[in-house]
Amino acid sequence: MSSLGQAKPDSRSPLVGIRVVELGWAAAGPLVGTYLASHGADVIHLESSTALDPFRSTYPPFKDNEPGPDRAAMFAFYNAGKRGVTLDLKQPRAVELALRLVATADVVIESFPAGTLARRGLGIEVLRATRPDLVILSSCNQGQTGPHAQHPGYGSQLTALAGFTQLLGDPERTPVILYGPYIDYIAVGYGVIAVLAALDRRARTGQGCVIDLSQYEAGLQFMAPALLEHAANGTLPTRAGNRDRVAVPHGVYPTSEPDSWIALSVWDDGEWTSLVEALGDPEWARDSSLATADGRRSREAWIDERIAEWSRRQPRASAVTRLRSRGLRAAPVQSVGELFRDPQLAERRAWRTARHPVIGDLRLMAPPFVLSDADQGPGRPGPLLGQHTEEVFRGIVGLDAAEYAACEAAGVFR
Amino acid sequence: MLDGLRVIELIGDDVWGAAAVGHCGRILADLGADVVKVEPPTGDPIRTVPPYIGERAAPDRGLLWTALNANKRSVTASPDDTARRAALLAGADVVLQPALTVDPAKADPRLVVVTITPYGASGPLASTPASDLEVTASSGSLWLAGEPGGAPVRTTLPQSPLWAGMYAAAGALLAIIARRSTGRGQHVDVSGQQSMVTVHPPAAVFADVAREEHMRLGPNLLGRSIVGARFRNVWPCADGHVSFAIQGGPIGRHTGRMLTAWMAERQFDAPRFRAIDWAPFDNRTLSQADVDALEAEVGAFLRTLTKREFFAGVIARNMLGYPVADAADIYSDEQLRARAFWQDVAIDGTTLEFPGGFALFDGERPTVRRPPPRLGEHQHEVMPPNLWPAARDTLKAR
Repeated sequence: MSSLGQAKPDSRSPLVGIRVVELGWAAAGPLVGTYLASHGADVIHLESSTALDPFRSTYPPFKDNEPGPDRAAMFAFYNAGKRGVTLDLKQPRAVELALRLVATADVVIESFPAGTLARRGLGIEVLRATRPDLVILSSCNQGQTGPHAQHPGYGSQLTALAGFTQLLGDPERTPVILYGPYIDYIAVGYGVIAVLAALDRRARTGQGCVIDLSQYEAGLQFMAPALLEHAANGTLPTRAGNRDRVAVPHGVYPTSEPDSWIALSVWDDGEWTSLVEALGDPEWARDSSLATADGRRSREAWIDERIAEWSRRQPRASAVTRLRSRGLRAAPVQSVGELFRDPQLAERRAWRTARHPVIGDLRLMAPPFVLSDADQGPGRPGPLLGQHTEEVFRGIVGLDAAEYAACEAAGVFR
Repeated sequence: MLDGLRVIELIGDDVWGAAAVGHCGRILADLGADVVKVEPPTGDPIRTVPPYIGERAAPDRGLLWTALNANKRSVTASPDDTARRAALLAGADVVLQPALTVDPAKADPRLVVVTITPYGASGPLASTPASDLEVTASSGSLWLAGEPGGAPVRTTLPQSPLWAGMYAAAGALLAIIARRSTGRGQHVDVSGQQSMVTVHPPAAVFADVAREEHMRLGPNLLGRSIVGARFRNVWPCADGHVSFAIQGGPIGRHTGRMLTAWMAERQFDAPRFRAIDWAPFDNRTLSQADVDALEAEVGAFLRTLTKREFFAGVIARNMLGYPVADAADIYSDEQLRARAFWQDVAIDGTTLEFPGGFALFDGERPTVRRPPPRLGEHQHEVMPPNLWPAARDTLKAR
């Protein structure tokens, strides 16, 4: 049985020796396991071919645009670094095998709507009975209790419920979206933190932990200043385009290239002076009323137009270089494709290319924190459907060849 | 959870860095760590970021400050006061810093040094200053938000320092866990830019595998179609907006059936939507023209509902969708009330309902044990008397 503190002394991964059994789907559960796998944990993703993860079945992109559970890049990306097994939990024998696997584990992660696992015979009490010091993370949309506990949801819409969507876009128009399931990734970060804190406590006290993480409540942590503003002042914070409460000007400006933009912000009067110099000391900027933040704020849209007149004549890279050389905060608005060749991200090895047996080379994402004295993954893409079923149920659970074959014939491993 | 863990926050003069360090410290403090902020004599710069409680500017009333600094203690030290800093670091397990003030190579080998910067502690942009806007711009995240053809747009409430602070807490805990077996601390180097790269993975997967660069499309979702169709995800309703999409898969098809029944209950005429055979329905292969025709009916129906009606309806039918909530909607959410999410905290004479801890641990939610500290409030309890600040420092701090 593995536990913290028994890692081999030469290991450079903090979670070597920790086993995680994960019953999750889509993003919010499985990515927690990926972060743990990236730091040495043995993460076993348990799924069923009878109810495929939507990231295997529904969500593009697929290899050559042809759907198929092993052709789904989203699954391969979100489950990097794990082993994968299949079990049809509608069968009692499969539930028994799942519990035997859990008995060898330190952590269980599940991300189904509240009550789903209990109905399959894998409720919290049953899991704890197999291993009392288990750390169990349940992560779902609304949490395990309360009137909305059973409500299913996708992160792209929960992002709206948690107030983020309201804060994005032009105040006079329909809000725009934060691209995808923004809130899921917040819940992932807090899920990782919760599991790590519980493992640390277990190493000190021997105690397990049951963690009830509502993705909604986790997301609201990132909304706290706006919520408190309402609580304190009765106001309703809303979207304000690219305006800021302190910096002025603060905006996104076009460059001489098509659909190409720079971001720029001015935080005090000294920076304003630097900006005026960077713009070549234009006549319009000599107006003394612009020397103070209040003065600039009263004419912010007009200033934005003047800056845009300048930026439209500059290629993006030279505009940013010129502004940064004066100590100003400025950056190119990079597209996602550009991130693959960003020198700063390359320095940090943010992308890790791994070979997937069906999809081919796939870029995986490294954690955004670099540990100086640890190996960090992910090293391999997510598993094929059932790729490690035999390895795990024979090697870890201990079925012999005949037992394994009998289970397989009975459809236990579907 | 983290009882006994001693954490020092070194605060500088940069707002982004102070917010990122502050958020990381808040997470660790909520989990039970003893977190001491070392503020410059002028105070943490986010103390004076508006808005303020009661719209009255004062260093203890900033709402960003208030949100990020409960459960901590505060001492002051000027940047050149090495004696006081050394005394504070002597007993610490973790130091959180917005710049390489503490050199990890020269620090106590057991200390976990967490450095949170806009771009990372090394590399071509290591010392380039940035605020939330530039960090978000450099990450691809800004590119993906906004109206097509228009300028990319940022979430009005700064997000990137919160992301970086959250990942910093995860990195710090990994380093603490590693220390159990190695006996050594290490450097945790957190990049704001890279933190924000993690908030839109599907776009990266599409760019990598399908060689398809996703663009901002206003309220529309990409990445659900194999023929490039987009699906709308934010809609005007009777009194604001709601989030809903035509989706596939078991839950998406259930949602479609439920919406059809809901339209029928309200005698809303939607011939094209009603004609869908949901059993084989596959949103991945719909043409944009098909999507547009269906969405015209869906959009007209959603306009007949208030946010509250829509929310009650999706809950009752167990279907996908939520209102686009504002702060008042969130405070009145019955689910959060039932889970005792909110917690009263008195600050400078005003009682505010704080968002509670991010998860329940064995049924217990981490609480706000103390309000955010006044500047230097805990000098005498944290520091030995020979290192109490001179009177002139205290004056400067007021």
